[in-house]
Amino acid sequence: MDAISCTDLSFGYGKVRVIDNVSFKIQKGESLGVIGPNGGGKSTLLKLILGLETPQIGCLDVLGKPAGKNRRKIGYVPQAMRFDPLYPISVLEIVLMGRLDRLGVGAYSKQCRQVAEESLETVHLEDYKKRTFSELSGGERQRVMIARALACEPELLLMDEPTANIDLSAEEQFIEALAGLREKMTLILVTHDLDLVTELSDSVLCVNQHVHRHSLPLSGETIREIYSGRRRIEHHRKTRHHQGDHSDCSHD
Amino acid sequence: MNITVKLVTTKEIIPIVVMTEFFETVRDVPVIRFALLAGIVSSFTYGIVGTFVVTRRIGYIAAAIAHSILGGIGAAIYFSRTYNIEWLTPMLGAITAAIISALVIGCISLKFREREDTIISAVWAGGMALGLIFLHHTPGKGVNLESYLFGNILLTSKSDVVVTCVLGLVVLGLVALFYHKLIAVCFDEEFVQLRGVSSKVYYLLLLVLTGICMVLLVRVAGIVLSLALIILPAATACRLARSIWMIMILAVGLSMLYNVGGLVVSFELDQPTGPFVVVVSSIIYGCSFLIKKT
Repeated sequence: MDAISCTDLSFGYGKVRVIDNVSFKIQKGESLGVIGPNGGGKSTLLKLILGLETPQIGCLDVLGKPAGKNRRKIGYVPQAMRFDPLYPISVLEIVLMGRLDRLGVGAYSKQCRQVAEESLETVHLEDYKKRTFSELSGGERQRVMIARALACEPELLLMDEPTANIDLSAEEQFIEALAGLREKMTLILVTHDLDLVTELSDSVLCVNQHVHRHSLPLSGETIREIYSGRRRIEHHRKTRHHQGDHSDCSHD
Repeated sequence: MNITVKLVTTKEIIPIVVMTEFFETVRDVPVIRFALLAGIVSSFTYGIVGTFVVTRRIGYIAAAIAHSILGGIGAAIYFSRTYNIEWLTPMLGAITAAIISALVIGCISLKFREREDTIISAVWAGGMALGLIFLHHTPGKGVNLESYLFGNILLTSKSDVVVTCVLGLVVLGLVALFYHKLIAVCFDEEFVQLRGVSSKVYYLLLLVLTGICMVLLVRVAGIVLSLALIILPAATACRLARSIWMIMILAVGLSMLYNVGGLVVSFELDQPTGPFVVVVSSIIYGCSFLIKKT
């Protein structure tokens, strides 16, 4: 069964067409990287899958239903840096948001708390549940976001730039946590980090108004084609390992 | 319309009282007792809703709602006097205006997010202007405008305390029922939406709760100064506590200290209660910057 089935999809803001006549399928259990230049439509595609935007032309089914009808089976990991870092909320309170229910009132049930604590264990943050979000490092915050998505008990996990703003050591822990999830659910990573895609994905969806699917590893020529020479491509880990230092290793 | 501002102190309004013991006064003088009760009850709502207002950074929206309340008060006084509608009290007008303002600001800012500051300014000034127009045309004896702007303990009645208690319980009940959703909306609206929960509904609920809070102490502190009473205790608590629960508890404690302590001390020192409480709470908020969070 397809996790995502997209047929002749088009979407735009005003007169600007961001996604143009796109068709693709993602199998259940597949791990897919989504890459492309800024403004190419990655985030828009993500919003369409999440049901936050509605297709203008074509159809998009997610987990067997039109996008937006199956939101509760989707775990979404946004960039942790977009939150107010001073908001005085505990790690457990954030993860429990994954158990929010339209009709639920009052306190969370025991079962909800148990699921939230298990999610924290999955990302190795079980000892952090009483800490406030502001006390955590970038990598820890990002893992909290994954724990929150896991608390939804998702069939499909969507991640938006999951390694943005986290340091090298945290990134390794973070990738380790993600690798454990590959076997359990369909995984979609929207990122500029090609090394992350190579390590965690089965294939790559390149989005630049249109969509092209590529198998891994990507050749240099393919990468140049994807980004049309306009975008710096990030190869953090490999380059750092090769150079043996911590300098900024992004290159064209 | 001739508007003069003369702030009323507790001793001015109770000239026959010569005793200095505040609690004996509370026992004997209903007005002080009502103000004290209103202060205690509203401390809970101010501390808890104030924490949401401060952490969600919607202080400007709270300010706009507070000022627009004058429109409701003016309209209620005008219609009740012109058409002899006895049940249309200024308090009812204030509550209605607070809820309408909260919904207008909320709905328009959700639809046109980039215009939020403009909408806040329009509701802020528009509400006040509407109130002044209504009061200008109100027949009969002049309306004591400053008592609504800056508070007047003399205006506190038993029915006000009852309304304050009922509204306070409604606000606290709604917060208890939807606590987790309100927290989630304040932290991440988009994720709440993805869980199938309407983030817009709970954001609007938060604004309405804020609006209702603004009305609770309108008699004692006035619409301008009650804004400080919702923001300053929570803002001070935010400087001192880490978790949202601790901030709420501390904010309730501070709010009670300001309201009750302020009433006692302002009585003893013969100061106008509302402004005195706001000045003291502002000083304490300023001092909180000297304390480092552990």
